[in-house]
Amino acid sequence: MTTVARRKTPKAGRAASDRRAARPGSGPPGEPGRIGWLYALPALLVYGAFLLWPLARGAQFSLYHWDGLGEATWAGLSNYTATWTDPSLRGAFGHLLVLIVFYSVLPCCIAFVLVAAMSRTKIRGLTFFRTVLFLPQVVAMVAVAVAWRWVYSADGPVNTVLGWLHAIGLPDWRHGWFGDFTFALPAVGVVGTWVGIGLAMVLFLAGVQKIPRELYEAARIDGAGAVREFFAVTLPGLRRELAVALTLTSIMAIRNFDLIYMATSGGPGDATKVPAYEVYNRTFNTGEVGLGCAIGVTLAVLAFAVTAGIRRLVEGKDA
Amino acid sequence: MPTLTRRGAAAAAAALATVLAAACAPGSSGDEPESKAPAAVSTDVAKAGNVTLTVWDQEVQGGQKKQIEELNKRFQAKYPNVKIKRVSRSFSDLQKTLRLALSGSTPPDVVEANQGYASMVQYVKAGMLLPLDSYDKVYGWSKRYPKGLMDLNRVTKGGKLMGSGDLYGVSLNGEIVGLYYNKEKLAKLGVQPPKTWAEFDQALATAKGKGEVPIAFGNLEKLPAMQLYGILQDGMTDKEAVRKLVFGSGGSWTDASNVQAAQKLADWSKKGYFTKDSNAVKWDDTPVNFAKGDGVFMFGGTWWAAELSEKMKDKAGFMLPPAAQAGAPAATMGGESLPWSITSKSKHADVAAAYINFITSPEAMDVSVETGNLPVLAASKQPSEALLKEVSGAWAELSKNDGVTPYIDYATPTFTDAFGGPLQELIAGRKPADEVMKAAQDDYTAFQKKK
Repeated sequence: MTTVARRKTPKAGRAASDRRAARPGSGPPGEPGRIGWLYALPALLVYGAFLLWPLARGAQFSLYHWDGLGEATWAGLSNYTATWTDPSLRGAFGHLLVLIVFYSVLPCCIAFVLVAAMSRTKIRGLTFFRTVLFLPQVVAMVAVAVAWRWVYSADGPVNTVLGWLHAIGLPDWRHGWFGDFTFALPAVGVVGTWVGIGLAMVLFLAGVQKIPRELYEAARIDGAGAVREFFAVTLPGLRRELAVALTLTSIMAIRNFDLIYMATSGGPGDATKVPAYEVYNRTFNTGEVGLGCAIGVTLAVLAFAVTAGIRRLVEGKDA
Repeated sequence: MPTLTRRGAAAAAAALATVLAAACAPGSSGDEPESKAPAAVSTDVAKAGNVTLTVWDQEVQGGQKKQIEELNKRFQAKYPNVKIKRVSRSFSDLQKTLRLALSGSTPPDVVEANQGYASMVQYVKAGMLLPLDSYDKVYGWSKRYPKGLMDLNRVTKGGKLMGSGDLYGVSLNGEIVGLYYNKEKLAKLGVQPPKTWAEFDQALATAKGKGEVPIAFGNLEKLPAMQLYGILQDGMTDKEAVRKLVFGSGGSWTDASNVQAAQKLADWSKKGYFTKDSNAVKWDDTPVNFAKGDGVFMFGGTWWAAELSEKMKDKAGFMLPPAAQAGAPAATMGGESLPWSITSKSKHADVAAAYINFITSPEAMDVSVETGNLPVLAASKQPSEALLKEVSGAWAELSKNDGVTPYIDYATPTFTDAFGGPLQELIAGRKPADEVMKAAQDDYTAFQKKK
């Protein structure tokens, strides 16, 4: 903090002397550098008590073997190595990668198509569609999970429609989706895509409105088709929005706990286990608090890395 | 500005690191709680002065809730100087909050701590529960209960083994996993309730042939398959061997008969004896499907009896799982509801013990029947509903033969995932029986080594 103060001093001093010259006798009410911290203090205290302190304690716990009850024993970094060597945990991180595609990449692609279509033609009732597509974002994830559990259930709409298709001669595609080793993970992923599309689309729609009409006109005069126009005008114009959408949705994928917990509890077998679920599972169910914290810290680092990576990739500059 | 933030963060991190270095390692060393000599125990609650007893239970469901409310009312009427502060949570919520509550400085006086290596044994290891042997000597609980049931609530010193050692809790209700059947459907199929496994296999084949769902089964949660496996295991292995295996004092999950039990489960699944896509069906939906008629048989706990009796009236029947040979005593998984334990930091241990004695007394067993539950000990009253009568008869028979084996998820804290997961793969036909049992054994050995 002293460094901060020293850095600010010359400027502050100059400002102070300027003002003193204008109104002698009335000095500024203290060091601006320090007073800044004072203003931030209430927020900082809350942030520190409820975020930084738990984060630090979590990081500390991750260095111990602890069942949450008795004495903890020093574990060094073995909890972190377990995060990568335990096959079921390694699997969980693998599932996370798959889910990032479903939660983040797919919604952005679909939203792009929707927005590109909307930017070329005028659609009646646009506000209505925008609201409907954004709605999943407003609904609590727990409610989303319960609703989709019904959608995927043995006699739910998905299987009913597939039953009709079967009746007209197509193969029988009906499954117990959340209980199927092959399809449970993609089934969860589709829910994430459904939730993510609205957010990405609203962001892109807002962005498209900022792109000058002239660019589109120029592109059309140059004879660009829909695809060319998209890559030459829309995509470059939406870079920032794309970065925001990718960041938000991939963070959503990384901290995806409620959907898994409510829909599949990580099953069948380990097929839909994700790290965020394992943080809870290891800490509260199996009494491996240290390991749970280690997974949590790993996830936090991963979230930072992904966020920074996306900014660098999409915005083309460092974070 | 970036440098400023970064330096601020660095300063904050440095400050935190200093504080953390000063803070000690998580957890505290578990001192062995002192147990009073039987002579020092006071059974006179009236002399204890004004006492508030904090009790954490999981009796939130219909009949169980009524039962405990009635018992609390009667206890407080008997001893006006005692006030019971009841905190009730659902089973899974209690599991999760009890750890934190017990490790605090003012834990509740009486708690329902689940049996097994995942809960009670860990609490004992951390010195959080009071051994109840002195109270047992004074109140004579061991005389009230069969040995097998008392042993379920015993843990050896330092939390090494469950099933023997000091007593850490007493239970109130009994529970077993048995075989429900639809009487109407059996009559239509022309099948008698099966007495042996061979008869049962035939009944299943008949049901399948006539287009019925032979066994209503939902296994989204993994635990149901473990219970089904346990029943099959009891049908093929000696009950004493199963007890030893679960309590961690001998045997292996890869023993021939244990693999056979898994093979049987796989065969049933392959023959289509279970509800379709059973891995996607919720456990709670199983009795709902069964009551609707989607299933001729269903393996399930006595905790479903009250609900099924209401929905199906006389159509539902309950029996112990078949025996290996006709007339041989059956064994099945079960035991007793969550035991009531006293925390080692409780200031009113004597009053707490008197409370536990009261809620497990013969009077309490009658209350249990009146509120539609299955009392752990024989009560003087009998239930009036047909299904509940059969349940109570099955329990009495099993207790007489000492045929109760422990739930297999007691075996290790991670068993539900480590064994239940592979069992789901077995049912889906993705893993052979021997590999599934090897997965169970691997988790089991890893835990035994850690102990």
